[in-house]
Amino acid sequence: MSTRSRILPGFGLSLGITCTYLSLIVLLPLATIFSRTTDLSWAAFWSTVTNPRVIASYRLTFGASFLAAVVNTVFGLLVAWVLVRYRFPGRRLVDALVDLPFALPTAVAGIALTTLYASNGWVGQYLEPLGIKVAYTSLGITVALIFIGLPFVVRTVQPVLDDLEVEVEEAAASLGARRWQTFSRVVFPTVAPALLTGFALAFARAIGEYGSVVFISGNMPMKTEIVPLLIITKLEQYDYAGATAVAVVMLVASFLLLLTINLLQWAARRRMAA
Amino acid sequence: MRWVLITVALAFLAFTLLLPLVLVFSQAFSKGFSVYWQAITEPDALSAAKLTLLIAAVAVPVNMVFGVAAAWCITKFDFPGKNLLITLIDLPFAVSPVISGMIFVLLYGAHGWFGSWLMEHDIKIIFALPGIILATTFITSPFVARELIPLMQEQGTDEEEAAIVLGAGGWQTFFRVTLPNIKWGLLYGLILCNARAMGEFGAVSVVSGHIRGQTNTLPLHVEILYNEYAFAASFAVASVLTLLALVTLALKTLVEWYQRRSAHDLAEAKSTPERMAA
Repeated sequence: MSTRSRILPGFGLSLGITCTYLSLIVLLPLATIFSRTTDLSWAAFWSTVTNPRVIASYRLTFGASFLAAVVNTVFGLLVAWVLVRYRFPGRRLVDALVDLPFALPTAVAGIALTTLYASNGWVGQYLEPLGIKVAYTSLGITVALIFIGLPFVVRTVQPVLDDLEVEVEEAAASLGARRWQTFSRVVFPTVAPALLTGFALAFARAIGEYGSVVFISGNMPMKTEIVPLLIITKLEQYDYAGATAVAVVMLVASFLLLLTINLLQWAARRRMAA
Repeated sequence: MRWVLITVALAFLAFTLLLPLVLVFSQAFSKGFSVYWQAITEPDALSAAKLTLLIAAVAVPVNMVFGVAAAWCITKFDFPGKNLLITLIDLPFAVSPVISGMIFVLLYGAHGWFGSWLMEHDIKIIFALPGIILATTFITSPFVARELIPLMQEQGTDEEEAAIVLGAGGWQTFFRVTLPNIKWGLLYGLILCNARAMGEFGAVSVVSGHIRGQTNTLPLHVEILYNEYAFAASFAVASVLTLLALVTLALKTLVEWYQRRSAHDLAEAKSTPERMAA
């Protein structure tokens, strides 16, 4: 180790650039948000984040994100399975298309989904007579979050399925396991950590999502107002302290999720190495 | 069973991904080609496009330098706190775009930390170009580093060490040995970074102030047109961004293909040492 660092040059320069850049662009700005909360007394902070309108938006954001991440976990696993295991015409095209939500600007996704699910839209016009309203409801928010989160699950599960050898399943089958048994006893335990990571990534992305949701949500306080929108509303009213308090709770939740994801991946790597 | 699964998966993807994609283009041309052309060539749209390109032209190269530097120190050296540094690099991915914009308002806005000082010196950051660039740079900072770190970790330090021992300089080693090894990974990171820089909405929306012809990016222009019920025009501009996304996907797929091929070549070269010598 010590010999390595002696041979190659550029340690000071590269570490210097990295730390300076991170401090100026990422850490200093993020630190402001925590220091700003000290402007508020604990009681004021508490009453801001437990205000019924704020609570309603937390509940909506976390609830819709959770639901969307669950749907993504189910269908993400299915899509990953089909892409890895089966050969069919257009497979590579479909594989490339899975990343569309990563590449498409969120505002474009937002207006497209809203137009699709509005009461006169391509999909909405068939759902409306059934009494299902999607656009401008919490269901619409979930639909947008499903769109945004899908690639996370597919892309974390895909490589694990790729590594899983067909022989293991064939062995299980030849030992008399039924197809469902093979899946639940052999395949599922292997992909479970990746699936959980994909779920957490999709969930983490969903709770912060703004662009794709803001058009379809309708933005009614207490009903369809997501947390990021509430923060923007408070900022526009120059209620910086209130916006900061609401944001800090979100930020702490996001960091806890990030920590969980890192621990999951670390545990998965250790299992792989063992 | 197999065809049932394929059908369900494809139907789900067609419904969630393909349908919105088709809708964008169909709505964009719903009022005819002349309306479409006018929407994407009017002065406000052009200035929004120019601004979007300018933002990417600053954010992407800056994050490339950062990404390469970060990957170099993390993968070529051992030092305490390395894992913490990797986590810090990833941090912007965990932050909501709205909060990413907000932190710059708290720093440089009229009521922010440096607000009064900036006002005295007549420097505008929030509701102006610098704020948009800062927020975009923050959001896109992890892309290149994240792509390079696992790649360079896998490649190790043997080749660079050999070059140095044989008398090459530091930069020479980087440009002749490291760069050719990481070029596809680097390109991959740059493509993703660029797509996000051009498409970012939430963070930019907080810091831009939405001044038409001045601080309006293409995604914000889409929003303004949509909220004014100019749907055809809004989707026309959106279709330009959608094309950008499709080009991004195509390039990404191509780079992945080259990456696999060069990894394959490398594996072959390593298994036949005489070919290396030749």
